[in-house]
Amino acid sequence: MAITGAVLVLFLIGHMLGNLKIFLGADAFNGYAEWLRTVGEPALPARTILTITEIVLVAAVVLHMWSAVSLARRAARARPVRYAVRRRSQANGYATHVMRYGGIVILLFVVWHLLDMTFGVVNPEGYAATPYDRMVAGFAPSRWWVTSFYVVALAMVGLHLRHGVWSAFQTLGLAGGRSYRPLRALAGVVALALVAGFLAAPLAVTIGVIK
Amino acid sequence: MSGILRRVGEWRVGAPIADTRAPEGPIEERWDKRRFSAKLVNPANKRKLTVIVVGTGLAGGSAAATLGELGYNVKSFCYQDSPRRAHSIAAQGGINAAKNYRGDGDSVFRLFYDTVKGGDFRSRESNVYRLAQVSVNIIDQAVAQGVPFAREYGGLLDNRSFGGAQVSRTFYARGQTGQQLLLGAYQALERQVAAGTVEMHTRHEMLELIVSDGRARGIVVRDMVTGEIETHLADAVVLASGGYGNVFYLSTNAKGCNTTAIWRAHRRGAYFANPCYTQIHPTCIPVSGDYQSKLTLMSESLRNDGRVWVPLRKGDERPPAQIPEDERDYYLERIYPAFGNLVPRDIASRAAKNVCDEGRGVGPGGLGVYLDFADAIARLGREAVEKKYGNLFEMYERITGENPYEAPMRIYPAVHYTMGGLWVDYDLQSSIPGLFVVGEANFSDHGANRLGASALMQGLADGYFVLPTTVGDYLAGAGTFGQVDQDAVDEAVDRVKEKISRLLAVNGTRTADSFHRELGRIMWDYCGMERTEESLRKALERIPELREEFWNNVKVPGDPEGLNQALERAGRVADFFELAELMCVDALHRSESCGGHFRAESQDADGEALRDDDEFAYVAAWEWTPDGPVLHKEELDYEYVKMTQRSYK
Amino acid sequence: MNLTLKIWRQNGPEDRGRMVTYQVEDVSPDMSFLEMLDVLNERLTLAGEEPVAFDHDCREGICGMCGMVINGVAHGEQRATTTCQLHMRHFKDGDTVTIEPWRAAPFPVIKDLVVDRSSFDRIIQAGGFISVPTGAAPDAHSVPVPKDAADAAFDAATCIGCGACVAACPNGSASLFTAAKVTHLGLLPQGQPERASRAKAMVEQMDAEGFGGCTNTGECTAVCPKGIPLDAIARMNADYLKASK
Repeated sequence: MAITGAVLVLFLIGHMLGNLKIFLGADAFNGYAEWLRTVGEPALPARTILTITEIVLVAAVVLHMWSAVSLARRAARARPVRYAVRRRSQANGYATHVMRYGGIVILLFVVWHLLDMTFGVVNPEGYAATPYDRMVAGFAPSRWWVTSFYVVALAMVGLHLRHGVWSAFQTLGLAGGRSYRPLRALAGVVALALVAGFLAAPLAVTIGVIK
Repeated sequence: MSGILRRVGEWRVGAPIADTRAPEGPIEERWDKRRFSAKLVNPANKRKLTVIVVGTGLAGGSAAATLGELGYNVKSFCYQDSPRRAHSIAAQGGINAAKNYRGDGDSVFRLFYDTVKGGDFRSRESNVYRLAQVSVNIIDQAVAQGVPFAREYGGLLDNRSFGGAQVSRTFYARGQTGQQLLLGAYQALERQVAAGTVEMHTRHEMLELIVSDGRARGIVVRDMVTGEIETHLADAVVLASGGYGNVFYLSTNAKGCNTTAIWRAHRRGAYFANPCYTQIHPTCIPVSGDYQSKLTLMSESLRNDGRVWVPLRKGDERPPAQIPEDERDYYLERIYPAFGNLVPRDIASRAAKNVCDEGRGVGPGGLGVYLDFADAIARLGREAVEKKYGNLFEMYERITGENPYEAPMRIYPAVHYTMGGLWVDYDLQSSIPGLFVVGEANFSDHGANRLGASALMQGLADGYFVLPTTVGDYLAGAGTFGQVDQDAVDEAVDRVKEKISRLLAVNGTRTADSFHRELGRIMWDYCGMERTEESLRKALERIPELREEFWNNVKVPGDPEGLNQALERAGRVADFFELAELMCVDALHRSESCGGHFRAESQDADGEALRDDDEFAYVAAWEWTPDGPVLHKEELDYEYVKMTQRSYK
Repeated sequence: MNLTLKIWRQNGPEDRGRMVTYQVEDVSPDMSFLEMLDVLNERLTLAGEEPVAFDHDCREGICGMCGMVINGVAHGEQRATTTCQLHMRHFKDGDTVTIEPWRAAPFPVIKDLVVDRSSFDRIIQAGGFISVPTGAAPDAHSVPVPKDAADAAFDAATCIGCGACVAACPNGSASLFTAAKVTHLGLLPQGQPERASRAKAMVEQMDAEGFGGCTNTGECTAVCPKGIPLDAIARMNADYLKASK
């Protein structure tokens, strides 16, 4: 859980930084997208690095989900008889709800997101358009409901990360003693920064700052 | 059991007994001599020798672990679901040891001296000296096991002075010393379970002792989950089943603490020594209603800063804050100006009882006195008081719902520890060969009164250091023990089964708890903090009547099979009835006052306990016979500590 | 006050069990929760019914024997409190109180509210000790222990082994219990030689017993009567990973 989660968090940081290039204009953004495909050339064939990254990401997602499912199954085996009264959790219930159910919401979001931005299937501009155009079209003011969906989904990602990042430190045994509080805070900051960074571009498009 | 007809409080005097195991010579050499003279068992033979240990508290847990380490085949039993739950876990204060880490003049001899004197000259010098000697090894052992004692900034162990001692020799782990020491012993025990030397039987209660050819050779237990009656045979049996304070129903003991193991052994021939010596602790939370199931102790340290008082006027029902200073009676400070609120446990307890008997008690039923921190808070500030006693104040508030920072606490004495127990010699062997008794279950070391922080010391001294040597000496002769007599086994099993079916068959109209509560009331009123010939005779009339009613009118629901907590309780209450009677006989025969045994007839002009050393400087070891108890006296000689009358004025 | 109790009754490990409703009258606010059950049991016994079986012993919050899930919360809603230390003044007249046993596969129900927690003992057997036979100890002052290490070890060592952490954990994990012992011994110089192997053996035993995995939800710490902190689990993980390398 922790290792695969860490891989995904590193990806998210890169992804977010890339996204923010949209504020530098269409050329910078499209150039960056192109660079992702050509990086490593001519030493390596086109898309090598990107493909490796994609494979690692898919593997990380699959393993992350597999870990989650096996943890859930172990939990079910560890408690074959459930409580009659299921009381509001004593530790806010934050983690349980956000991680397991939140994870499913995030998965659905990622599917939509890929169809929208990568394959262009649900994007008005379609696959052929430049990434910049797809972005601007996808979050156009008239498609405010798409943006709203992104906001909700990203909020979920943020909550997932807030627990997940700290939890990874905990699982890897790094959150003991004096580092406990700072790491909890760090997890919050990482989550907040990522959510803010990711939401900046779609919101900017929707409110018309980027056209 | 019922049906034994004899005159109330009658007893006979039998032949005197003596400890034959303590070597002669200078007291400081006796334990070394005994260890050297003890026969050893060939390591290869140890695993063929089985030792049963009943109870997993400090004494039993440490004994089973150490015997396992030595290579014996150990079977350990406890009634709880885990050996870690034994009631040693609840000890708060600390453990004494003559380490003299403070350099304040402590020594083995001083700890020995204080313990003999504190026991009001009713303990055996050789045993107490050995206790003081091995006390230092206990601390070493516990620290090596990882017991997190309190430490100073330099990393060395912290000490405090406790229970009126003039030196700081008490080691502690916040207010949970018993818990930490017990977990140390528990971990050592579990290590042996993993190593295969100890076979653990949790949720098993010993109900009978098997004596074959004059030797203790096994026990009969009930598997409390399945209800099955099992026999376990061995070459030696160790009882570490704790004290019998629950004969009073309300005490600071755990609910399950009982006398059955030692009482059954007594019925099979083990002498019961000094059953009347009971320690009453002065600072407990008072009873709040009839449903009360146990009493909670608060550390004695509260008396360092709290002032004890009651209203001057009888029946004054004003809230404490409205009682002006000149209408309060700070009775401990008034009667004992030198020691004030810090007088020893028994004196503080009796003084509280006296003012309540005068009708000046406070709280529900008038059974309580105030322990007031208002002056301490004014003098030191609330924060300082909170730092010192915060956790105790919190505990008080949790139980009573009252805030002790704003209103004075109410406290009342409660039964806390029983100094009496099965008689043992220097080897901790009872009058039945092969039956050893350790910890609170035996009578040794504390005399008529136990000092604070000495119970943990005794339990661990017995279990870690004394018993493993002396059991080995006994087992070295195991070759001659022979086969266990099957008739003896069958008889023991039959007795257990018969008692269970009798209890279930009565089907009367009162629960065992209701009988227990009434028995406890009788004991508390007539054989409690203050005893008189009249009160004891009254108790000795009431107890057999109530016992008779118990056997004709108790209602025990359920079956003999499976978990049946009502049946467990009823069996224990039945034994408490018999013990209660012996306690009263012992208290009646000992017409002097000493330590925790206060006979109103024997007090000096100031109302202090008055010993009668000419008549009573002996251990009263009682033998059970169908015709009533027989008293065997073990004379006590004091070679090293001169007998004096204590005074705290 | 008068209360309605809904109590889990189960006649043995094989019985399916069911909730049974009881009324209790005249409950005093000064009673402890277990004393309230004593009163119910007294009444059931006299009425010829089987009393409710529940574990308890010291009744002062230290032995760890008692434990029930009260209205969905292990040991009830009062924080840092064992069931025996919970008092009825926290309930209101007319309340309905649901009482269930600890629920976890490694804690099978023996009867009613009584469960078998011997899996905890087996976790300790796997390595929850320092191997020092009696008599082998050096003088207690031969190794100084920094005060803060001793204090932190003590905090972890206050675990009473009640099992509330498992009962409350949505995963049925015993990580807090196991971590408390690993932390206690791992913080002391005396515990160093076996530190990594201890963590590994105990964690493996915990998994073998069928407890769930930890997802750091913090439910355990929230109900722990002794407030064992969650960072103990991080310590255990660190020692475990070190041993697994």
